[in-house]
Formats: sequence, structure tokens, C-alpha cells
Amino acid sequence: MPEHRIPASDPLKTARENDPRRDLYPGYDVLSKRDGPSWNAMTREVIAERLSIGPETHHFFTDDEWPTLKAICERIVPQPPGRPGWIPVAALVDHKLHAGERDGYRYAGLPEQGEAWRRGLQALDAEAQRAFGAHFHELGDWAQDKLLRAAEAGALTDPAWEDMASDLFFKQRVLPDVVKAYYAHPTAWNEIGWGGPASPRGYVRMDFGRRDPWEAAEAKPGHEEEARRANLRVSRW
Amino acid sequence: MRLPGTGNAADNPQERTPGDDPRQVPRAGNGRAPNVMRIGAWVPMRQYVDDDEVDFVIVGTGAGGGTLAAKLAEHGFTVAALDAGPYWRPLEDFASDEMHQSKLYWTDERIVDGENPLQLGSNNSGKSVGGSTVHFAMVSLRFRPDWFKARSLLGYGADWPLDWREMWDYYGEVEQTLKIAGPVTYPWGPKRSRYPYRAHELSASAKVLARGAEALGIAWTPTPIATLSAPRGDAPPCVYRGFCTLGCSTNAKQSVLNTWLPRALKAGAEIRDLAMVGRIETKHGRATGVHYHREGRWRFQRARNVVVAGYAIETPRLLLMSASSEFPDGLANSSGLVGRYLTVQGNQAVWGVFDEEIRSYKGPPSLAITEHWNYEDRGKDFSGGYCYMSQGPLPTLWGKTQATARGLWGEALVAEMQRYNHVAGLKVVSEYMPQARNRVTLAEETDQYRLPIARVTYSWCDNDRAMNRHALAFMRQALEAAGGREIWDQENDTCHLNGTARMGDDPRTSVVNADCRSWDIPNLWICDGSVFPTVGGVNPSLTIQAIACRTADRIKALAACGDLSGAASASPKRALAWAS
Repeated sequence: MPEHRIPASDPLKTARENDPRRDLYPGYDVLSKRDGPSWNAMTREVIAERLSIGPETHHFFTDDEWPTLKAICERIVPQPPGRPGWIPVAALVDHKLHAGERDGYRYAGLPEQGEAWRRGLQALDAEAQRAFGAHFHELGDWAQDKLLRAAEAGALTDPAWEDMASDLFFKQRVLPDVVKAYYAHPTAWNEIGWGGPASPRGYVRMDFGRRDPWEAAEAKPGHEEEARRANLRVSRW
Repeated sequence: MRLPGTGNAADNPQERTPGDDPRQVPRAGNGRAPNVMRIGAWVPMRQYVDDDEVDFVIVGTGAGGGTLAAKLAEHGFTVAALDAGPYWRPLEDFASDEMHQSKLYWTDERIVDGENPLQLGSNNSGKSVGGSTVHFAMVSLRFRPDWFKARSLLGYGADWPLDWREMWDYYGEVEQTLKIAGPVTYPWGPKRSRYPYRAHELSASAKVLARGAEALGIAWTPTPIATLSAPRGDAPPCVYRGFCTLGCSTNAKQSVLNTWLPRALKAGAEIRDLAMVGRIETKHGRATGVHYHREGRWRFQRARNVVVAGYAIETPRLLLMSASSEFPDGLANSSGLVGRYLTVQGNQAVWGVFDEEIRSYKGPPSLAITEHWNYEDRGKDFSGGYCYMSQGPLPTLWGKTQATARGLWGEALVAEMQRYNHVAGLKVVSEYMPQARNRVTLAEETDQYRLPIARVTYSWCDNDRAMNRHALAFMRQALEAAGGREIWDQENDTCHLNGTARMGDDPRTSVVNADCRSWDIPNLWICDGSVFPTVGGVNPSLTIQAIACRTADRIKALAACGDLSGAASASPKRALAWAS
């Protein structure tokens, strides 16, 4: 029986079920400030465009590559089930490649970013078939992580990689592209309590433990409701 | 009283002008250039046609080229300054968004290799009128005087052909021009007058640095920084929105775009945006002009003098791409040193978690600094120096750092990221050694202009590694002393590219002389960080601008005594008459 059908052996997943990600900034929604003096017109336009990207939108990746990319994104930046404001991470990565937005450099051992992604997705899928007899996206979390860790260690060598080292692909393409896509989304800003766009208003209170009324209030243990009330007022400032 | 249309909160435009993309269509032309200080406004611009032989065509409008353009135009020379990047209007074009604002970086493809390949794109070269100063962190520091004679006085690197006392005056000029906000008295180095504007209020992350330094008994100071602490003309004081490295949307930042270039335009210089120079033409051992790509076609601008100011990758790339039968190894390269001695600075950091809320996204990233290890040589097992500063990474940069520098992903990453508001760090700017093997060469691959792309090769030497160890260990102590917990080292970051066309006294061991004039071609000049023989342990932009000011004064002096070989009937009256 393929190993991916044994999710109970996944220690990370068990830990997550027992201790779901805390909502540290309850009620905080950075988008509630978008019509105020914290967001200029350009910011509103840019973020509106990003929010219009649906989770299944893909122009660069093929229908064969797409489920593999989505599965990878879910392992690199897992999202709590049922959270409002789902972040379409794979679609944002697709958007970058489709728009031809580059980083300005690439390691000598890597092909151009689009080619690197196509080859890497195909190779990871080939590795999944070889090790588990199933597509990468069909595997359970544990098996997917096992393959990703092997890629990270440079230990994957299926011919599909050609001359691209799996660790370079993982560290230079997968991690930066996926992680940046996730933290470019307002839902992620809410999750980490970032004050958000602030032009032209900016910030005033700079010292330790000081918070402007338009910044997210952090829930101290036992004071969650206080934080929620403060965060619901953020947009009124 | 504040003027309307200058970036007040009250001016916050609700809509953008549709279809106006400065990346697609040049903005400078038709006798005008953007007035970057006013929404929708313009200033008149003198223009040349390609057949006009201008006194100076300058390639690049950043810290070197933009500064030089202003000063040369004010000295009465005719100047056309070309830049590959767009002419941004900060008040209208800049979003508070990390991903979108990567439009300010030079993101054309480059290949990196060597034992320690460099990360390019975000924290070095820019592709904008105004160059990388449009997205620089504004830290404005003077070199330690001894660094100008590093070989003779300190025993490493190379001597500069410049005298520090002369540089001290030019530093003062640049600091006044940028209205640097800084302390009343600066703790290190020779006496200097007080900074023009008062120091900024410290952020919590800056106070972390102060706490650590005081606990360890070393001096610290508010960072001298090129963002306003009080109004200046049409520019408002800094509002601490924290997007300094992604473009200031209020114009509080004193970049080349909103300081030197308006002066250049007023004095009669032309700024040509979206103009990518691909080749310098030479004839009989002299430069005759530049081939550049604009609006879909290649053109040729004639010039009596050519100045290359493209920073440490594009400058050697252009010189190498301009190889001809006359100069088969590229221009200004009889020494074989064009592209060599690429010298970056270390940018390692230590990060820790604090019980207090830090929220380091507020304010400029560096509001406090110590130059202790730039001026103290006892207790070092390496040559060179370093300073370190407070930091303020925004979310996507912080996520990328956690993933790529620390190897976190999955639940470990998203959990760590939730401590964002409790993190503070100290980040070094350290002096790596110039090495001939670190270099810029041409790759076989070509870019969108069908020009060969740059290959950037970089490896640390033992001295660099020893400096990294010392800096990381010391900053760790300082962060612990300030109350940081769970401290970790970010070991593999660099910043600030310099070298590749070093200045010197000897044509065999340098590319240009102290006046930034090439040894091989008398009317070819190089004026940017490429000319640095060593990099020192401070951010380079103030030194680049100071050298540009000096170069302009030297050119004026050379012209006055007829030593500019064919160039420039410098006529101050001409420019002044036009400006009025």
C-alpha cells in the first residue's frame, strides 16, 4: 500500500490539529483601511488586481503542471482550513511567471525561471511516481514533505531533472517564489499583524509597545476580546 | 504653509491617470520633464537632437551620473543624461506594496556564480531615472579618512588617489544638498559640522541597537539619513511608513530623482528616460558618442565626452560590449582590470525575538548605527571594518529571509512569521576585500536589447569570512544584551556593488585616475561606485556623490586650462541665459 495513505503517521499534521494556528490579531482586516488615508490610489489599484486573481487562475502553467504546483504551495505555506480570505498562492506564482516578472539574477546552474519551474514540477511528479506509484498531488502530506525534503537536500536525481540540481530548484525557485506570493496577500498581513500600507498617513507611535490606532492590536492571553474590539475600530481612524 | 499637490495626506489622489505607464512610453520629451514634486506637473527641459555634439553624454542618472549631470550643467556644459529606466512620479506611481515596487530594481537577467553567488535585484542596482537612490535605504555616511590610504596606513587593499581632507569638503556639500538628518555631534572620526536637519525620532528597533551598544560600552548614534526630519520646499518630512527600500511615495526621501535631477534640468541638462545604451563608439582613440535604444529603435548621440555611470555591473558590461578592432578587449581596459575587483559589502544579520512589541516596519530601517568597529582596530583578527544598524524588513522580504536564509517552511515558517511584530535585528555593512577574481564578464546569453547579459562571479576570501565571524558574534552579544531571545544568524547576504573600474595613480593597476578620467581614452570618464578601489565599512552612496561633485569641479578646472582635449567651450552664460 502506498505510504501516502497513512496520514496518521504524520507528526506535523497531528501537531497542527491539536494546536491550530492562533488568531493573534482577531478582527484585524488590513483591507478595512483601503479607503482611508493609509492607502493611495496606486496601492488600491495594485491590491485590487491581486485580489481579483482566483485560486484556479493559471495562464503560465499547464493543466498537467497545475495540481503539482498547488500541492507544493500547500506544503510550503499551509493555510488553516476554513479561514476567510483564502490565499491563491499557486495562482500568484503563476501570475509572476506569466507576467515575466524576474528577480534580476539566477544561479549559473539554473535555467531561466519559467523553464526551471516546468522542469522542477515535472521532475517532482516523476519522483512521486517512482517512489510511491502516484502523482505528487495525490500523495498525503507526509509523503509530499518527504519528497520536498529530499529535494531540499539535493538528493533527487531522476533523469527528468536533467542538469538542474534539486536543491538549487527548491532553495532558489520554490522557496522564494512561493513564500513571497503568500506574504504579498492581505490575508497573510492580517495573520502576522503588519500595519499595512501607510502612504501618505504613515505612523506616529514609534517606541516599544506603542501602537497607532490604525495598527493591529495583538491579543494578549486572556485579553482576546479587548484586541478584537480595538481591531474592529482600526478602519475608523 | 503647505502647497497643494505635493504629497500631503489631503492630496492623496483617489484615482490614477489611466494608461500612463512610464515603463512603456518615455515621459521626458517635447520640451518638458516630469516635475516629480507636484502631481501631474511638468518642468521645461532643454533638448538636443542626436546630431548635436553635446559636451557630455552621461550614461546613468543615479548617485554618480545624476549628481554629475547637475554639477556639469551648472558649470555651463551641455549635458544629455541617458537612463535605461523609467521616469517615475513618486507621488503617483508608487504603491505601498513590496511585490509591485520591485519595478524599481534592475531585474533584467544576470547570471551569478562563484563560491558565494550574489543575490542581486532588490538591495543593489536600480533601473530608474535616479538609479538605485530611488530605492536605497538613505544611510549617508562618510568614509573613515584612513580608508583612502588603506594600503599605506592599514596594510590591505589599495590606496585611493584622493585626499581625505578634500573629500571632507565634498561630503559636506552633499550632506547640505540632501539635508541629511543626523546627530548634533558625530561620535567618530575628524570633526565635522552638525548635520543640516535634526535627527529622527528613534524607532523601537533603533532603541534595541542603542540598548545593546550601551550594555557593551560602545558608542552609537542616530543614523545620518537622507530623509527629511522637517519640511523642505515641496517635500514633506518623513511619515515613517517604512517603504524606504521600495520607493518613497511622499518625496521625503532625498534621492537623486528629487534633488540633483531637478537642479540638472533647471541648469539646462536633458534627461532621457527609457534609453538603454548598448555601445560607446570610438574613433582614432577617442569616444565619439553612444548608441542607445529608445522607442523601439537604435539611435546614436554624438558627444565630445562620454561618462559611464551605470554602477558596478552595467558599467563594465558597457565597456566590454564596446570592444572594437581598435580596443579588442573593451574600452579603458589596457590594464585588463575592467570588470575585476568587484567588491561588495557584507550584509549579514542577527535576529531575535523580544517580549515587547517592536513593529520594526515603522520608520526607515536604519535609524541607529554604530561605527565602533570601523574606527577601532584593536581586537580584530581581520583587516577592514564594519558598522551595524537597526533593520525593518517588510512581510514578503521577511518571509523570504526566514525561508531561504533559515530554511523554514511549512508550519514552522507560518508559526515563526506570527512573531513578526516582536522581532528586531542588527545588520552589518562590512568591508570585503578587493579581489581580482571577483568580476563581471559577458555571458553568451542575450537580453531584450540583444545585448550580452552580465555574468557576476563572487567568492569570499579568508579575511571576509573572519570579518563575518567577528561581526556576527559581536552583534549576537549586543542583541542578547538588549533583551533578544532565540537569536539566529543570517549568514549569507551582501549589498552594495563597487569596484570593476577602479581609480588609481598608475595606468597599469587602475582604469581611471583621481578625476574619474580613463587612462586609455582621454574623453571617456567613469563616475560611479565602479571606481572604488576599496569599499570601506559604510554605505557607498554619499561617497559616490562626493566623488561626482569633485569630478565636476575637476572637469571645470581642466576645461579652464584647456586640458579637456577638444571638449566643452564651457560657457556659463549660455546655461544661465536659458535657465532664466
